[in-house]
Amino acid sequence: MNGNYVVTREDWSLHRKGEIDRQRHQEKIKEALKKNLPDLVSEETIITSDGQKVIKVPIRTLDEYHFYYDQNKKTHAGQGDGKSKVGDVLAHEPNAGSGQGKGAGEEPGLDYYEAEITVDELAEMVFEDLGLPNLKPKKKAELASEAVEFKDIRKKGISSNIDRKRTVLEAIKRGALSGQTGLTKITPDDLRFKTWELTYKEESNAVVLAMMDTSGSMGVYEKYIARSFFFWMVRFLRTKYQNVQIVFLAHHVTAAEVNEEEFFTKGTSGGTRCSSVYKLALEIIKNRFNPRDYNLYAFHFSDGENLFSDNELCLMLMKELLNQCNLVGYGEIKNPVYGYGDSTLRSTFKKLTDPRFVTVIIKDKNYVYPALKKFFAPAQGQ
Amino acid sequence: MDTRDELRILEEAIEKIIAKAKELGLDFYDMYFEICPADIIYTFGAYGMPTRFSHWTFGKAYHKMKTFYDYNLSKIYELVINSNPCYAFLLEGNSLIQNKLVAAHVLGHSDFFKKNLHFKRTAKNMVESMASAAQRFREYEQNYGRDKVEVFLDAVISIQEHVDPYSWMGAQEPKEGQQAGKKSSWTKENDLTNGVEQKETPYDDLWRLDNLQKSPSVEKQKEKDKKFSPKSQKDLLLFIMEQARDLEDWQRDVISVIRQEMLYFWPQMETKIMNEGWATYWHLRIIREMELAEDEAIEFAKMHAGVIQSSRFHLNPYYLGLRIFEDIEKRWNQPTVEEKKKYKRLEGEGKKKIFEVRELENDISFLRNYLTKELVEELDLYLYQKEKDEWKVVEKDWAKVRDEIVAGMTNCGYPYIVVEDGDFNKRGELYLRHCYEGINLDVYYLEKTLPSVHQLWGRTVHLETVLDERKIIFTFNGERIIKRFI
Repeated sequence: MNGNYVVTREDWSLHRKGEIDRQRHQEKIKEALKKNLPDLVSEETIITSDGQKVIKVPIRTLDEYHFYYDQNKKTHAGQGDGKSKVGDVLAHEPNAGSGQGKGAGEEPGLDYYEAEITVDELAEMVFEDLGLPNLKPKKKAELASEAVEFKDIRKKGISSNIDRKRTVLEAIKRGALSGQTGLTKITPDDLRFKTWELTYKEESNAVVLAMMDTSGSMGVYEKYIARSFFFWMVRFLRTKYQNVQIVFLAHHVTAAEVNEEEFFTKGTSGGTRCSSVYKLALEIIKNRFNPRDYNLYAFHFSDGENLFSDNELCLMLMKELLNQCNLVGYGEIKNPVYGYGDSTLRSTFKKLTDPRFVTVIIKDKNYVYPALKKFFAPAQGQ
Repeated sequence: MDTRDELRILEEAIEKIIAKAKELGLDFYDMYFEICPADIIYTFGAYGMPTRFSHWTFGKAYHKMKTFYDYNLSKIYELVINSNPCYAFLLEGNSLIQNKLVAAHVLGHSDFFKKNLHFKRTAKNMVESMASAAQRFREYEQNYGRDKVEVFLDAVISIQEHVDPYSWMGAQEPKEGQQAGKKSSWTKENDLTNGVEQKETPYDDLWRLDNLQKSPSVEKQKEKDKKFSPKSQKDLLLFIMEQARDLEDWQRDVISVIRQEMLYFWPQMETKIMNEGWATYWHLRIIREMELAEDEAIEFAKMHAGVIQSSRFHLNPYYLGLRIFEDIEKRWNQPTVEEKKKYKRLEGEGKKKIFEVRELENDISFLRNYLTKELVEELDLYLYQKEKDEWKVVEKDWAKVRDEIVAGMTNCGYPYIVVEDGDFNKRGELYLRHCYEGINLDVYYLEKTLPSVHQLWGRTVHLETVLDERKIIFTFNGERIIKRFI
């Protein structure tokens, strides 16, 4: 018979296994997110969020696959409070209509994984693949702002600015000179401090001319696509420029500058004359945004159903826009059900060979991310 | 109070608890109590063992458990390892009374590990085996690349439940000295679980390996097995490990390790209710017999209440197990007139009976034999099911409730899948059959898991099952899944 015992308490501080595998899991989540970027980019909760929110993203690829019984078709056992009876409802399946994410919700079923990321983290991943082509130095140096930059290392400084790595290196070097290996005591002489310099940063400005066809043929879905695109476009440009202004221009037969809300929500009926909005854009550039001072990005979304007689004029105006802007894009949104083939407007634009003119066709939500990548392809046109 | 004083006080308390446990008849292994910080306990919880190999799924489990702990949603007070000596890890920051409860609780587990029949074949040196396997896996990662090892592990883990814990039944018991060559490959050693009982020195495994290499009949035997695969082999891992053509040695080792570890954990899975019930019964019993200060008594009551809290969505094994043991004890202490007459049951046999039950049963037989009508009704157990988008109570009849619970425990709740043919179509394809017992497989998961089997087998794999009352074969040929009703 045994039954002896020992009670001990050891130092576990070096035991990092769980943490290491947790990190590997996090890495895999990130990989999975990357694979899902086309889906995530047009995720409604992101586009309509205030920009800081943490969003939950279901990640199916991190499921652990085994042979399982169909949880929805078998019975499970539970325990009541003494008064349960046949027919009692224990839980409702949440979002029964959404169709995705099986087994979600209450206890029964298999759990699927939801990763939490902030919009910023997601943006970082999206922007990793994007670049800013055709940057031209703009004259507006007089608006330069002061900036602090740490770029020098000195032996004197304030203690909050100690450069630990260099300090330790110095100590090791000094030790090595006197024949000692490893880190010895750090002396005041080893201390190194980071020091800043004042620099002048040029203020850089970008303007997005967001143009959209709001004629009757552009429905809620088409506008949502445009909205996702502009959402990321503006966010991306903000990482590159201190100031990004957006000018919203809506048009059908005539064009007008509108505010953001009207731009995305208001619909009008009637025909389409795209030249009207290009004309307006050119006017606005002329009056308010001198291309010498601003980086101009123009993007126009339409379903391409333009008045045939208007196409030649559009082509001419588009050429003019290209002269003024860093990049001009034309996005044609195809209805996923019955939209196919090229519109006459797009065919007309094919005559444009300037690499700074980019056309994209968006057939569903998943095309937004490739469209962004195409528009902001790093080395384009250089 | 400094930590050394704390430790001394805990030691004194454990001393008393151990004395009490022995007095009450528990028979346990030598105990190692180790006090650990939370993240270590949660690491062990996620891995099932302190020394297990690395894999992201453990990291995922760890992250989840740790998050629940950080947000105060749930707490593990202890972790106990089925080994000799028996390791029990206590959570740093447990109060003294919490640790008393936990110590008494783990003595129950240790007794169960030592005495329950189903644990007889589990390797008692698993802490060390797992450590050395983990070390080998690290070497494989260095030699073959982390990603390659990880992808392989992913595949093996996805079918890890498909082992045969009862392969020894019906098979000839291995006799010392002659195991290597003559036995069929299904029970061939490098099988730690079977080997452990005859082990005399820690090196016996090695001698046996020697035998393996020397014995000329092994290779022949293997050849033979390839041609005459026994029908309906349940041990999918073993079959793949031995019969898949293109696996490298390190890959076979990985399969072997995961299989051994599954076999080691299996008895714990099939005695969850009993084991937890038994441990709960004993912490209650032992602590009740100890002297407690008033505040200790209140804290103990609170903690115990937390342990036995019931849920509308699943059975709490601690509570259910406890109630059944208590009920057995009562019924054998005071049998009814009818029981006395019919079963010749004597009075006052309760204690003897519960010790007998803990020795012989597993959850299936435990519930089938001792979950009575009165208990089902008193505990208000029911079955529920999804109807449209609602989860509804569908059954209250005690016998049906009991039978369905028991049926759900078959094969620890995993689908029973067997190898029918390792040379299907005469093209070396693998043919698996799900032994359908009325519940469909989840097709989404099936289609995601079958490629793992293909990855291991290296050729086309088939799985036969039943969907909507019709036989169907799922085939994965390396590119896509093909479904076909037969």
